[in-house]
Amino acid sequence: MNAKPATRIDLLLVAGMVTDGARVLDVGCGDGELLRLLSETKRVDARGMEISQKGVNDCVAKGLSVVQGDADVDLADYPTGGFDYVILSQTLQATRNPKYVLEQMLRIGKRAIVSFPNFGHWRIRWQIAARGRMPVTSNLTYAWYETPNIHFCSIRDFIALAELVEARIVDSMALDKEGAQMRYEAPWFVWNLLGEQAMFLLERKRG
Amino acid sequence: MTETLHFPCNAEADAPHSRIAHFDSSQPLAMSAGVMLAPFSIAYQTYGQLNADKSNAILLCHALTGDQHVANAHPVTGKPGWWCALVGPGKPFDTEKYFIICSNVLGGCMGTTGPASLNPATGKAYGLTLPVVTIADMARAQAMLVERLGIETLFCVAGGSMGGMQALQWAALFPEKVFSAMIIASAARHSAQNIAFHEVGRQAVMADPNWRAGRYIEEGVRPAKGLAVARMAAHVTYLSEEALQRKFGRKLQDRAEKTFSFDADFQVENYLRYQGSTFVDRFDANSYLYVTRACDYFDLAQDYGGSLARAFKHSPTRFCVVSFNSDWLYTTAESRVIVHALNAVAASVSFVEIETDKGHDSFLLDEPDFVATTRGFLAGAARARGLGS
Repeated sequence: MNAKPATRIDLLLVAGMVTDGARVLDVGCGDGELLRLLSETKRVDARGMEISQKGVNDCVAKGLSVVQGDADVDLADYPTGGFDYVILSQTLQATRNPKYVLEQMLRIGKRAIVSFPNFGHWRIRWQIAARGRMPVTSNLTYAWYETPNIHFCSIRDFIALAELVEARIVDSMALDKEGAQMRYEAPWFVWNLLGEQAMFLLERKRG
Repeated sequence: MTETLHFPCNAEADAPHSRIAHFDSSQPLAMSAGVMLAPFSIAYQTYGQLNADKSNAILLCHALTGDQHVANAHPVTGKPGWWCALVGPGKPFDTEKYFIICSNVLGGCMGTTGPASLNPATGKAYGLTLPVVTIADMARAQAMLVERLGIETLFCVAGGSMGGMQALQWAALFPEKVFSAMIIASAARHSAQNIAFHEVGRQAVMADPNWRAGRYIEEGVRPAKGLAVARMAAHVTYLSEEALQRKFGRKLQDRAEKTFSFDADFQVENYLRYQGSTFVDRFDANSYLYVTRACDYFDLAQDYGGSLARAFKHSPTRFCVVSFNSDWLYTTAESRVIVHALNAVAASVSFVEIETDKGHDSFLLDEPDFVATTRGFLAGAARARGLGS
Protein backbone atom coordinates (compact mmCIF):
# COMPACT_ATOMS: atom_id res chain seq x y z
CA MET A 1 0.00 0.00 0.00
CA ASN A 2 2.99 2.29 -0.29
CA ALA A 3 2.41 5.41 -2.34
CA LYS A 4 5.29 4.36 -4.48
CA PRO A 5 8.23 2.04 -3.90
CA ALA A 6 10.51 4.23 -1.83
CA THR A 7 13.85 5.03 -3.38
CA ARG A 8 17.05 3.51 -2.24
CA ILE A 9 18.31 6.87 -0.95
CA ASP A 10 15.24 7.21 1.24
CA LEU A 11 15.90 3.80 2.77
CA LEU A 12 19.56 4.57 3.34
CA LEU A 13 18.53 7.67 5.25
CA VAL A 14 16.18 5.61 7.42
CA ALA A 15 18.94 3.09 8.00
CA GLY A 16 21.23 5.96 8.99
CA MET A 17 18.92 6.77 11.91
CA VAL A 18 19.07 3.22 13.30
CA THR A 19 21.81 2.12 15.68
CA ASP A 20 23.72 -1.13 15.18
CA GLY A 21 22.19 -4.30 16.58
CA ALA A 22 18.86 -2.64 17.44
CA ARG A 23 15.48 -4.38 17.54
CA VAL A 24 13.48 -2.98 14.65
CA LEU A 25 9.87 -3.38 13.53
CA ASP A 26 9.12 -2.12 10.01
CA VAL A 27 5.40 -1.49 9.65
CA GLY A 28 4.28 -1.78 6.04
CA CYS A 29 7.56 -3.36 4.98
CA GLY A 30 6.48 -4.08 1.40
CA ASP A 31 8.87 -6.49 -0.27
CA GLY A 32 11.34 -6.23 2.61
CA GLU A 33 13.97 -4.01 0.96
CA LEU A 34 14.51 -1.91 4.08
CA LEU A 35 14.55 -4.93 6.38
CA ARG A 36 17.17 -6.57 4.25
CA LEU A 37 19.24 -3.37 4.16
CA LEU A 38 19.04 -3.07 7.96
CA SER A 39 19.90 -6.73 8.49
CA GLU A 40 22.91 -6.51 6.21
CA THR A 41 24.35 -3.15 7.20
CA LYS A 42 23.26 -2.73 10.81
CA ARG A 43 22.95 -6.34 12.02
CA VAL A 44 19.59 -5.44 13.52
CA ASP A 45 17.01 -7.89 14.81
CA ALA A 46 14.57 -7.00 12.06
CA ARG A 47 10.87 -7.77 11.98
CA GLY A 48 8.23 -6.66 9.56
CA MET A 49 4.50 -6.32 9.18
CA GLU A 50 2.90 -6.07 5.77
CA ILE A 51 -0.71 -5.98 4.72
CA SER A 52 -0.36 -7.53 1.27
CA GLN A 53 -0.06 -11.30 1.24
CA LYS A 54 2.25 -11.21 -1.75
CA GLY A 55 4.62 -8.84 0.04
CA VAL A 56 4.65 -11.12 3.08
CA ASN A 57 5.31 -14.23 1.03
CA ASP A 58 8.16 -12.49 -0.83
CA CYS A 59 9.71 -11.35 2.45
CA VAL A 60 9.54 -14.75 4.16
CA ALA A 61 10.92 -16.45 1.05
CA LYS A 62 13.91 -14.08 1.44
CA GLY A 63 14.39 -15.29 5.00
CA LEU A 64 12.97 -12.17 6.68
CA SER A 65 10.73 -12.34 9.77
CA VAL A 66 7.52 -10.82 8.48
CA VAL A 67 3.89 -11.33 9.42
CA GLN A 68 0.74 -10.45 7.54
CA GLY A 69 -0.96 -7.68 9.44
CA ASP A 70 -2.78 -4.36 9.35
CA ALA A 71 -1.15 -1.41 11.14
CA ASP A 72 -4.57 -0.04 12.11
CA VAL A 73 -5.47 -3.27 13.92
CA ASP A 74 -2.52 -5.52 14.65
CA LEU A 75 -0.03 -3.13 16.26
CA ALA A 76 -2.13 -3.52 19.39
CA ASP A 77 -0.71 -7.06 19.78
CA TYR A 78 2.87 -5.90 20.28
CA PRO A 79 4.28 -5.34 23.76
CA THR A 80 5.11 -1.90 25.12
CA GLY A 81 8.79 -1.11 24.61
CA GLY A 82 9.31 -4.34 22.67
CA PHE A 83 11.45 -2.66 20.02
CA ASP A 84 14.14 -0.02 19.81
CA TYR A 85 12.74 1.42 16.58
CA VAL A 86 9.38 1.15 14.90
CA ILE A 87 9.53 2.34 11.31
CA LEU A 88 6.68 3.52 9.12
CA SER A 89 8.13 4.22 5.72
CA GLN A 90 5.80 5.86 3.18
CA THR A 91 2.77 4.22 4.77
CA LEU A 92 1.30 6.79 7.20
CA GLN A 93 -0.96 8.30 4.52
CA ALA A 94 -2.46 4.86 3.78
CA THR A 95 -3.55 4.13 7.35
CA ARG A 96 -7.15 4.62 8.45
CA ASN A 97 -6.15 6.19 11.74
CA PRO A 98 -2.71 7.84 11.52
CA LYS A 99 -2.90 9.26 15.04
CA TYR A 100 -3.64 5.85 16.56
CA VAL A 101 -0.88 4.22 14.48
CA LEU A 102 1.65 6.84 15.59
CA GLU A 103 0.62 6.39 19.23
CA GLN A 104 1.03 2.63 18.91
CA MET A 105 4.46 3.07 17.32
CA LEU A 106 5.60 5.29 20.17
CA ARG A 107 4.26 2.75 22.66
CA ILE A 108 5.93 -0.28 21.06
CA GLY A 109 9.22 1.39 20.14
CA LYS A 110 11.61 3.46 22.17
CA ARG A 111 11.79 5.55 19.01
CA ALA A 112 9.70 5.86 15.88
CA ILE A 113 10.84 6.72 12.38
CA VAL A 114 8.17 8.03 10.02
CA SER A 115 8.60 9.06 6.40
CA PHE A 116 5.79 10.34 4.23
CA PRO A 117 5.07 12.35 1.08
CA ASN A 118 4.62 16.05 1.90
CA PHE A 119 1.25 17.31 0.79
CA GLY A 120 2.40 20.87 1.44
CA HIS A 121 4.87 20.75 -1.45
CA TRP A 122 4.50 23.71 -3.85
CA ARG A 123 3.72 21.49 -6.84
CA ILE A 124 0.76 19.94 -5.04
CA ARG A 125 -0.44 23.34 -3.81
CA TRP A 126 -0.10 24.61 -7.36
CA GLN A 127 -2.15 21.78 -8.85
CA ILE A 128 -5.01 22.38 -6.47
CA ALA A 129 -4.79 26.18 -6.72
CA ALA A 130 -4.33 26.50 -10.46
CA ARG A 131 -6.14 23.48 -11.87
CA GLY A 132 -8.67 22.88 -9.14
CA ARG A 133 -7.96 19.14 -9.38
CA MET A 134 -6.63 16.65 -6.85
CA PRO A 135 -2.90 16.46 -7.43
CA VAL A 136 -1.15 13.67 -9.33
CA THR A 137 2.64 13.84 -9.25
CA SER A 138 5.48 11.51 -10.14
CA ASN A 139 5.65 10.45 -6.49
CA LEU A 140 1.88 10.31 -6.00
CA THR A 141 0.63 8.68 -9.15
CA TYR A 142 -2.89 7.63 -8.15
CA ALA A 143 -6.07 9.39 -9.19
CA TRP A 144 -8.26 10.42 -6.23
CA TYR A 145 -10.80 7.64 -6.85
CA GLU A 146 -8.31 4.79 -6.74
CA THR A 147 -5.67 5.94 -4.30
CA PRO A 148 -4.85 3.87 -1.20
CA ASN A 149 -3.54 7.13 0.28
CA ILE A 150 -6.48 8.33 2.31
CA HIS A 151 -4.81 10.53 4.91
CA PHE A 152 -2.38 12.95 3.35
CA CYS A 153 -0.63 15.51 5.49
CA SER A 154 1.90 18.25 5.09
CA ILE A 155 5.10 18.54 7.10
CA ARG A 156 3.40 21.16 9.28
CA ASP A 157 0.42 18.87 9.83
CA PHE A 158 2.74 16.09 10.93
CA ILE A 159 4.60 18.33 13.37
CA ALA A 160 1.24 19.26 14.88
CA LEU A 161 0.32 15.57 15.17
CA ALA A 162 3.65 14.79 16.84
CA GLU A 163 2.87 17.53 19.35
CA LEU A 164 -0.62 16.13 19.90
CA VAL A 165 0.63 12.61 20.69
CA GLU A 166 3.35 14.04 22.95
CA ALA A 167 6.27 12.98 20.80
CA ARG A 168 9.57 14.77 20.82
CA ILE A 169 11.19 15.32 17.44
CA VAL A 170 14.72 13.97 17.80
CA ASP A 171 15.71 14.42 14.18
CA SER A 172 14.00 15.41 10.98
CA MET A 173 14.81 16.03 7.38
CA ALA A 174 13.11 17.06 4.17
CA LEU A 175 13.81 15.02 1.09
CA ASP A 176 13.76 15.94 -2.54
CA LYS A 177 12.01 14.10 -5.33
CA GLU A 178 14.64 11.35 -5.42
CA GLY A 179 14.52 10.87 -1.68
CA ALA A 180 17.85 12.58 -1.02
CA GLN A 181 18.20 14.85 1.97
CA MET A 182 17.86 18.54 1.16
CA ARG A 183 21.25 19.92 2.04
CA TYR A 184 20.65 23.36 3.37
CA GLU A 185 19.34 24.91 6.50
CA ALA A 186 15.90 26.40 6.22
CA PRO A 187 12.97 27.07 8.50
CA TRP A 188 10.11 24.55 8.40
CA PHE A 189 7.81 26.66 6.25
CA VAL A 190 10.45 26.50 3.48
CA TRP A 191 10.78 22.73 3.74
CA ASN A 192 7.03 22.44 3.78
CA LEU A 193 7.06 24.13 0.35
CA LEU A 194 10.12 22.49 -1.16
CA GLY A 195 10.34 19.03 0.42
CA GLU A 196 8.67 16.29 -1.59
CA GLN A 197 9.03 13.89 1.32
CA ALA A 198 9.84 14.20 4.98
CA MET A 199 11.35 11.95 7.58
CA PHE A 200 11.07 12.23 11.34
CA LEU A 201 12.75 10.46 14.22
CA LEU A 202 10.48 10.66 17.25
CA GLU A 203 10.43 9.52 20.84
CA ARG A 204 7.96 9.77 23.68
CA LYS A 205 8.27 12.95 25.71
CA ARG A 206 7.65 11.04 28.92
CA GLY A 207 8.86 7.58 29.96
CA MET B 1 2.39 -68.75 23.38
CA THR B 2 1.99 -64.99 23.43
CA GLU B 3 3.39 -64.60 19.90
CA THR B 4 0.53 -66.48 18.34
CA LEU B 5 -1.97 -64.29 20.11
CA HIS B 6 -0.31 -61.03 19.10
CA PHE B 7 -1.45 -59.77 15.70
CA PRO B 8 -0.94 -56.04 15.43
CA CYS B 9 -2.17 -54.25 12.30
CA ASN B 10 1.23 -54.82 10.79
CA ALA B 11 4.58 -56.25 11.82
CA GLU B 12 6.03 -52.74 12.15
CA ALA B 13 4.51 -52.22 15.58
CA ASP B 14 6.93 -54.68 17.16
CA ALA B 15 9.64 -55.09 14.55
CA PRO B 16 9.92 -51.84 12.61
CA HIS B 17 12.10 -51.22 9.60
CA SER B 18 13.63 -48.32 11.53
CA ARG B 19 16.20 -47.68 14.18
CA ILE B 20 14.85 -48.05 17.68
CA ALA B 21 15.87 -46.25 20.85
CA HIS B 22 14.93 -48.28 23.92
CA PHE B 23 14.41 -46.58 27.26
CA ASP B 24 14.43 -48.96 30.21
CA SER B 25 13.02 -48.58 33.70
CA SER B 26 15.91 -46.29 34.67
CA GLN B 27 14.60 -43.69 32.20
CA PRO B 28 10.83 -43.59 32.55
CA LEU B 29 8.69 -41.08 30.71
CA ALA B 30 6.62 -38.87 33.01
CA MET B 31 3.29 -38.71 31.23
CA SER B 32 0.67 -35.95 31.41
CA ALA B 33 -1.80 -38.55 32.71
CA GLY B 34 0.27 -38.62 35.91
CA VAL B 35 1.95 -41.98 35.44
CA MET B 36 5.46 -43.09 34.56
CA LEU B 37 5.89 -45.14 31.39
CA ALA B 38 8.76 -47.61 31.36
CA PRO B 39 10.12 -49.30 29.46
CA PHE B 40 9.29 -47.72 26.14
CA SER B 41 10.73 -47.53 22.64
CA ILE B 42 10.97 -44.90 19.94
CA ALA B 43 11.30 -45.92 16.29
CA TYR B 44 12.93 -43.29 14.10
CA GLN B 45 14.46 -42.56 10.73
CA THR B 46 17.34 -40.20 9.98
CA TYR B 47 18.50 -38.64 6.74
CA GLY B 48 21.75 -36.79 6.01
CA GLN B 49 24.75 -36.31 8.27
CA LEU B 50 25.07 -34.66 11.64
CA ASN B 51 27.83 -32.03 11.38
CA ALA B 52 30.81 -31.83 13.73
CA ASP B 53 29.31 -29.31 16.15
CA LYS B 54 25.88 -30.98 15.96
CA SER B 55 24.20 -27.75 14.93
CA ASN B 56 22.37 -28.91 11.79
CA ALA B 57 19.78 -31.31 13.22
CA ILE B 58 16.14 -30.92 12.26
CA LEU B 59 13.31 -32.79 13.94
CA LEU B 60 10.31 -33.35 11.71
CA CYS B 61 7.08 -34.16 13.51
CA HIS B 62 4.54 -36.24 11.67
CA ALA B 63 0.80 -35.69 11.51
CA LEU B 64 -2.02 -37.82 12.95
CA THR B 65 -1.60 -40.97 10.86
CA GLY B 66 1.83 -40.21 9.46
CA ASP B 67 4.98 -41.93 10.63
CA GLN B 68 8.74 -41.72 10.64
CA HIS B 69 9.07 -42.66 6.96
CA VAL B 70 9.35 -39.07 5.73
CA ALA B 71 11.48 -39.53 2.66
CA ASN B 72 11.87 -43.23 2.02
CA ALA B 73 9.56 -45.89 0.63
CA HIS B 74 7.01 -46.94 3.24
CA PRO B 75 7.81 -50.45 4.54
CA VAL B 76 4.15 -51.53 4.51
CA THR B 77 2.65 -49.74 1.52
CA GLY B 78 5.76 -49.30 -0.62
CA LYS B 79 4.63 -45.74 -1.36
CA PRO B 80 7.04 -42.76 -1.26
CA GLY B 81 7.55 -41.03 2.09
CA TRP B 82 4.90 -38.50 3.12
CA TRP B 83 7.08 -35.40 2.76
CA CYS B 84 9.18 -36.24 -0.31
CA ALA B 85 7.94 -32.90 -1.71
CA LEU B 86 10.00 -31.01 0.86
CA VAL B 87 12.64 -33.41 2.15
CA GLY B 88 15.60 -34.67 0.13
CA PRO B 89 18.76 -33.54 -1.64
CA GLY B 90 18.29 -29.95 -2.83
CA LYS B 91 14.82 -29.75 -1.30
CA PRO B 92 14.02 -27.12 1.39
CA PHE B 93 14.74 -29.69 4.11
CA ASP B 94 17.99 -30.45 2.33
CA THR B 95 19.37 -33.84 3.34
CA GLU B 96 22.77 -32.78 1.96
CA LYS B 97 22.89 -29.90 4.41
CA TYR B 98 20.85 -30.96 7.41
CA PHE B 99 20.62 -34.01 9.63
CA ILE B 100 16.95 -34.86 9.64
CA ILE B 101 15.26 -36.93 12.33
CA CYS B 102 11.70 -38.16 12.35
CA SER B 103 10.33 -40.46 15.01
CA ASN B 104 7.06 -42.30 15.22
CA VAL B 105 4.95 -40.57 17.89
CA LEU B 106 4.19 -42.09 21.25
CA GLY B 107 0.89 -43.91 20.83
CA GLY B 108 1.69 -44.66 17.17
CA CYS B 109 1.87 -48.07 15.56
CA MET B 110 5.08 -48.06 13.54
CA GLY B 111 7.51 -49.16 16.21
CA THR B 112 7.25 -46.52 18.93
CA THR B 113 5.40 -47.70 22.02
CA GLY B 114 1.68 -47.54 21.39
CA PRO B 115 -1.47 -49.55 22.08
CA ALA B 116 -0.49 -52.19 19.48
CA SER B 117 2.91 -52.74 21.10
CA LEU B 118 3.52 -55.74 23.28
CA ASN B 119 3.42 -54.82 26.96
CA PRO B 120 6.42 -56.71 28.41
CA ALA B 121 4.71 -56.85 31.80
CA THR B 122 1.71 -58.81 30.52
CA GLY B 123 2.89 -60.42 27.30
CA LYS B 124 -0.16 -58.90 25.59
CA ALA B 125 -0.68 -55.79 23.51
CA TYR B 126 -1.17 -52.67 25.64
CA GLY B 127 -4.53 -51.93 24.04
CA LEU B 128 -6.41 -49.45 26.17
CA THR B 129 -4.19 -50.09 29.19
CA LEU B 130 -1.69 -47.62 27.76
CA PRO B 131 -2.22 -44.26 29.49
CA VAL B 132 -3.82 -41.61 27.30
CA VAL B 133 -1.03 -39.85 25.41
CA THR B 134 -0.76 -36.07 25.01
CA ILE B 135 1.12 -33.87 22.55
CA ALA B 136 3.41 -32.94 25.45
CA ASP B 137 4.13 -36.65 26.05
CA MET B 138 5.06 -37.00 22.40
CA ALA B 139 7.41 -34.01 22.63
CA ARG B 140 9.02 -35.19 25.88
CA ALA B 141 9.63 -38.65 24.39
CA GLN B 142 11.17 -37.05 21.30
CA ALA B 143 13.37 -34.91 23.55
CA MET B 144 14.71 -38.07 25.18
CA LEU B 145 15.52 -39.46 21.75
CA VAL B 146 17.25 -36.23 20.69
CA GLU B 147 19.29 -36.30 23.88
CA ARG B 148 20.18 -39.95 23.23
CA LEU B 149 21.47 -38.88 19.82
CA GLY B 150 23.78 -36.41 21.58
CA ILE B 151 22.11 -33.31 20.16
CA GLU B 152 21.75 -30.35 22.50
CA THR B 153 19.95 -27.85 20.25
CA LEU B 154 17.81 -28.60 17.23
CA PHE B 155 18.30 -26.24 14.32
CA CYS B 156 14.61 -26.62 13.55
CA VAL B 157 11.53 -28.46 14.74
CA ALA B 158 8.88 -28.56 12.03
CA GLY B 159 5.60 -30.21 11.38
CA GLY B 160 2.16 -29.89 9.86
CA SER B 161 -1.19 -30.45 11.54
CA MET B 162 -0.57 -32.60 14.65
CA GLY B 163 3.12 -32.25 13.75
CA GLY B 164 2.74 -28.48 14.09
CA MET B 165 1.25 -28.97 17.55
CA GLN B 166 4.34 -30.96 18.53
CA ALA B 167 6.63 -28.24 17.13
CA LEU B 168 4.71 -25.61 19.10
CA GLN B 169 4.86 -27.77 22.21
CA TRP B 170 8.61 -28.23 21.76
CA ALA B 171 9.14 -24.47 21.55
CA ALA B 172 7.11 -24.00 24.73
CA LEU B 173 8.70 -26.85 26.72
CA PHE B 174 12.29 -26.56 25.53
CA PRO B 175 12.86 -23.02 24.19
CA GLU B 176 16.65 -23.27 24.48
CA LYS B 177 16.70 -26.47 22.42
CA VAL B 178 14.69 -25.07 19.50
CA PHE B 179 16.58 -22.61 17.30
CA SER B 180 13.71 -22.34 14.85
CA ALA B 181 10.24 -23.82 14.52
CA MET B 182 7.82 -24.21 11.64
CA ILE B 183 4.16 -24.62 12.57
CA ILE B 184 2.24 -25.53 9.45
CA ALA B 185 -1.53 -25.87 9.01
CA SER B 186 -1.86 -26.27 12.76
CA ALA B 187 -3.33 -24.72 15.88
CA ALA B 188 -2.51 -24.01 19.52
CA ARG B 189 -5.69 -25.79 20.55
CA HIS B 190 -8.11 -28.20 18.98
CA SER B 191 -11.40 -26.55 18.03
CA ALA B 192 -14.81 -27.95 18.97
CA GLN B 193 -15.36 -28.86 15.32
CA ASN B 194 -12.09 -30.79 15.20
CA ILE B 195 -12.88 -32.64 18.43
CA ALA B 196 -16.28 -33.45 16.94
CA PHE B 197 -14.80 -34.97 13.80
CA HIS B 198 -12.38 -37.02 15.87
CA GLU B 199 -15.20 -38.30 18.02
CA VAL B 200 -17.05 -39.47 14.90
CA GLY B 201 -13.95 -41.45 13.94
CA ARG B 202 -13.52 -42.97 17.35
CA GLN B 203 -17.16 -43.96 17.57
CA ALA B 204 -16.89 -45.63 14.15
CA VAL B 205 -13.98 -47.72 15.47
CA MET B 206 -15.74 -48.59 18.72
CA ALA B 207 -18.98 -49.48 16.93
CA ASP B 208 -17.20 -52.21 14.99
CA PRO B 209 -18.06 -55.54 16.73
CA ASN B 210 -14.46 -56.60 16.16
CA TRP B 211 -13.15 -53.81 18.30
CA ARG B 212 -13.84 -56.00 21.38
CA ALA B 213 -13.47 -53.15 23.89
CA GLY B 214 -9.98 -52.57 22.55
CA ARG B 215 -8.78 -56.16 23.04
CA TYR B 216 -9.00 -57.18 19.37
CA ILE B 217 -5.29 -57.94 19.03
CA GLU B 218 -5.27 -60.63 21.70
CA GLU B 219 -8.54 -61.99 20.30
CA GLY B 220 -7.05 -62.25 16.83
CA VAL B 221 -9.50 -59.96 15.00
CA ARG B 222 -9.43 -56.38 13.68
CA PRO B 223 -12.05 -53.60 13.60
CA ALA B 224 -11.12 -52.87 10.00
CA LYS B 225 -14.59 -51.72 8.92
CA GLY B 226 -14.89 -49.20 11.71
CA LEU B 227 -11.40 -47.86 11.18
CA ALA B 228 -12.01 -47.57 7.43
CA VAL B 229 -15.16 -45.51 8.04
CA ALA B 230 -13.24 -43.31 10.48
CA ARG B 231 -10.62 -42.74 7.80
CA MET B 232 -13.19 -41.96 5.14
CA ALA B 233 -14.86 -39.31 7.27
CA ALA B 234 -11.52 -37.82 8.28
CA HIS B 235 -10.23 -37.81 4.72
CA VAL B 236 -13.03 -35.49 3.62
CA THR B 237 -11.89 -32.96 6.23
CA TYR B 238 -8.38 -32.97 4.76
CA LEU B 239 -9.64 -31.80 1.37
CA SER B 240 -11.72 -28.85 0.26
CA GLU B 241 -15.01 -28.58 -1.54
CA GLU B 242 -13.27 -27.03 -4.57
CA ALA B 243 -10.67 -29.79 -4.70
CA LEU B 244 -13.30 -32.54 -4.44
CA GLN B 245 -15.40 -30.86 -7.12
CA ARG B 246 -12.41 -30.41 -9.42
CA LYS B 247 -11.17 -33.97 -8.93
CA PHE B 248 -14.45 -35.86 -8.96
CA GLY B 249 -17.45 -33.64 -9.56
CA ARG B 250 -20.43 -35.95 -10.00
CA LYS B 251 -18.53 -38.32 -12.27
CA LEU B 252 -19.58 -41.96 -12.17
CA GLN B 253 -17.19 -44.81 -11.51
CA ASP B 254 -16.69 -47.13 -14.52
CA ARG B 255 -20.35 -47.00 -15.48
CA ALA B 256 -22.57 -45.00 -17.79
CA GLU B 257 -25.65 -44.81 -15.57
CA LYS B 258 -26.52 -44.82 -11.91
CA THR B 259 -27.21 -48.38 -10.79
CA PHE B 260 -30.08 -47.64 -8.38
CA SER B 261 -28.17 -49.47 -5.68
CA PHE B 262 -25.74 -48.61 -2.90
CA ASP B 263 -22.66 -49.55 -4.87
CA ALA B 264 -19.98 -46.93 -5.23
CA ASP B 265 -21.62 -45.31 -8.26
CA PHE B 266 -19.72 -42.05 -7.86
CA GLN B 267 -15.98 -41.70 -8.27
CA VAL B 268 -15.77 -39.84 -4.98
CA GLU B 269 -17.34 -42.82 -3.17
CA ASN B 270 -14.95 -45.21 -4.79
CA TYR B 271 -12.02 -42.95 -3.88
CA LEU B 272 -13.04 -42.76 -0.21
CA ARG B 273 -13.63 -46.50 0.04
CA TYR B 274 -10.16 -47.07 -1.38
CA GLN B 275 -8.65 -44.59 1.11
CA GLY B 276 -10.41 -46.40 3.95
CA SER B 277 -9.46 -49.91 2.86
CA THR B 278 -5.75 -49.17 2.34
CA PHE B 279 -5.51 -47.28 5.62
CA VAL B 280 -6.43 -50.30 7.74
CA ASP B 281 -3.49 -52.27 6.35
CA ARG B 282 -1.01 -49.86 7.86
CA PHE B 283 -2.75 -48.38 10.89
CA ASP B 284 -3.87 -49.72 14.24
CA ALA B 285 -7.42 -48.88 15.34
CA ASN B 286 -6.52 -48.24 18.98
CA SER B 287 -3.61 -46.10 17.84
CA TYR B 288 -6.19 -44.02 15.99
CA LEU B 289 -8.06 -43.50 19.25
CA TYR B 290 -4.87 -42.41 21.03
CA VAL B 291 -3.54 -39.97 18.46
CA THR B 292 -6.92 -38.32 17.90
CA ARG B 293 -7.29 -37.95 21.67
CA ALA B 294 -3.85 -36.36 21.91
CA CYS B 295 -4.98 -33.66 19.44
CA ASP B 296 -8.28 -33.12 21.26
CA TYR B 297 -6.54 -32.62 24.60
CA PHE B 298 -4.11 -30.11 23.11
CA ASP B 299 -4.69 -26.59 24.44
CA LEU B 300 -1.31 -25.00 24.95
CA ALA B 301 -2.66 -21.79 26.51
CA GLN B 302 -4.38 -23.81 29.24
CA ASP B 303 -0.97 -25.05 30.41
CA TYR B 304 0.11 -21.42 30.85
CA GLY B 305 -2.74 -19.95 32.86
CA GLY B 306 -4.91 -19.35 29.81
CA SER B 307 -2.34 -17.11 28.11
CA LEU B 308 -0.73 -18.52 24.99
CA ALA B 309 1.73 -15.62 24.94
CA ARG B 310 3.03 -16.73 28.32
CA ALA B 311 4.10 -20.03 26.75
CA PHE B 312 6.58 -18.11 24.62
CA LYS B 313 7.81 -15.36 26.93
CA HIS B 314 11.52 -14.63 26.27
CA SER B 315 11.51 -17.33 23.60
CA PRO B 316 14.73 -17.23 21.57
CA THR B 317 13.15 -19.37 18.85
CA ARG B 318 12.59 -18.08 15.32
CA PHE B 319 9.06 -19.05 14.36
CA CYS B 320 7.42 -19.50 10.99
CA VAL B 321 3.68 -20.04 10.96
CA VAL B 322 2.04 -21.17 7.73
CA SER B 323 -1.63 -21.64 6.90
CA PHE B 324 -3.52 -22.48 3.73
CA ASN B 325 -6.56 -20.41 2.78
CA SER B 326 -8.71 -23.42 1.79
CA ASP B 327 -7.90 -25.38 4.97
CA TRP B 328 -11.15 -25.43 6.92
CA LEU B 329 -9.88 -27.92 9.50
CA TYR B 330 -6.94 -25.87 10.79
CA THR B 331 -7.94 -22.43 9.62
CA THR B 332 -5.87 -19.31 9.06
CA ALA B 333 -7.69 -17.82 12.06
CA GLU B 334 -6.16 -20.56 14.26
CA SER B 335 -2.69 -19.75 12.92
CA ARG B 336 -3.30 -16.06 13.61
CA VAL B 337 -3.98 -16.88 17.26
CA ILE B 338 -0.45 -18.28 17.45
CA VAL B 339 0.99 -15.27 15.59
CA HIS B 340 -0.78 -12.80 17.89
CA ALA B 341 0.59 -14.59 20.94
CA LEU B 342 4.12 -14.55 19.52
CA ASN B 343 3.84 -10.87 18.59
CA ALA B 344 2.66 -10.12 22.10
CA VAL B 345 6.04 -11.24 23.45
CA ALA B 346 7.95 -9.71 20.51
CA ALA B 347 9.12 -13.15 19.43
CA SER B 348 10.70 -13.55 16.02
CA VAL B 349 7.83 -14.71 13.87
CA SER B 350 6.96 -14.97 10.21
CA PHE B 351 3.46 -15.72 9.09
CA VAL B 352 2.33 -16.67 5.62
CA GLU B 353 -1.04 -17.72 4.33
CA ILE B 354 -0.66 -19.75 1.15
CA GLU B 355 -3.35 -19.54 -1.49
CA THR B 356 -4.42 -22.93 -2.77
CA ASP B 357 -7.69 -24.81 -3.15
CA LYS B 358 -6.27 -28.12 -1.90
CA GLY B 359 -7.40 -27.85 1.72
CA HIS B 360 -5.63 -29.11 4.83
CA ASP B 361 -3.55 -31.69 2.93
CA SER B 362 -1.80 -28.82 1.10
CA PHE B 363 1.06 -29.04 3.58
CA LEU B 364 1.97 -32.47 2.19
CA LEU B 365 1.99 -31.26 -1.40
CA ASP B 366 4.43 -29.55 -3.71
CA GLU B 367 2.79 -26.09 -3.46
CA PRO B 368 5.31 -23.63 -5.00
CA ASP B 369 4.62 -20.72 -2.61
CA PHE B 370 4.80 -23.06 0.38
CA VAL B 371 8.05 -24.61 -0.83
CA ALA B 372 9.51 -21.10 -1.41
CA THR B 373 8.43 -19.98 2.07
CA THR B 374 9.99 -23.05 3.69
CA ARG B 375 13.19 -22.65 1.73
CA GLY B 376 13.44 -18.93 2.56
CA PHE B 377 12.68 -19.36 6.24
CA LEU B 378 15.23 -22.16 6.67
CA ALA B 379 17.86 -20.22 4.67
CA GLY B 380 17.37 -17.16 6.90
CA ALA B 381 17.56 -19.30 10.04
CA ALA B 382 20.65 -21.10 8.72
CA ARG B 383 22.40 -17.75 8.19
CA ALA B 384 21.51 -16.73 11.73
CA ARG B 385 22.75 -20.09 13.02
CA GLY B 386 26.02 -19.75 11.10
CA LEU B 387 25.38 -22.83 9.00
CA GLY B 388 27.24 -22.61 5.68
CA SER B 389 25.04 -22.07 2.67
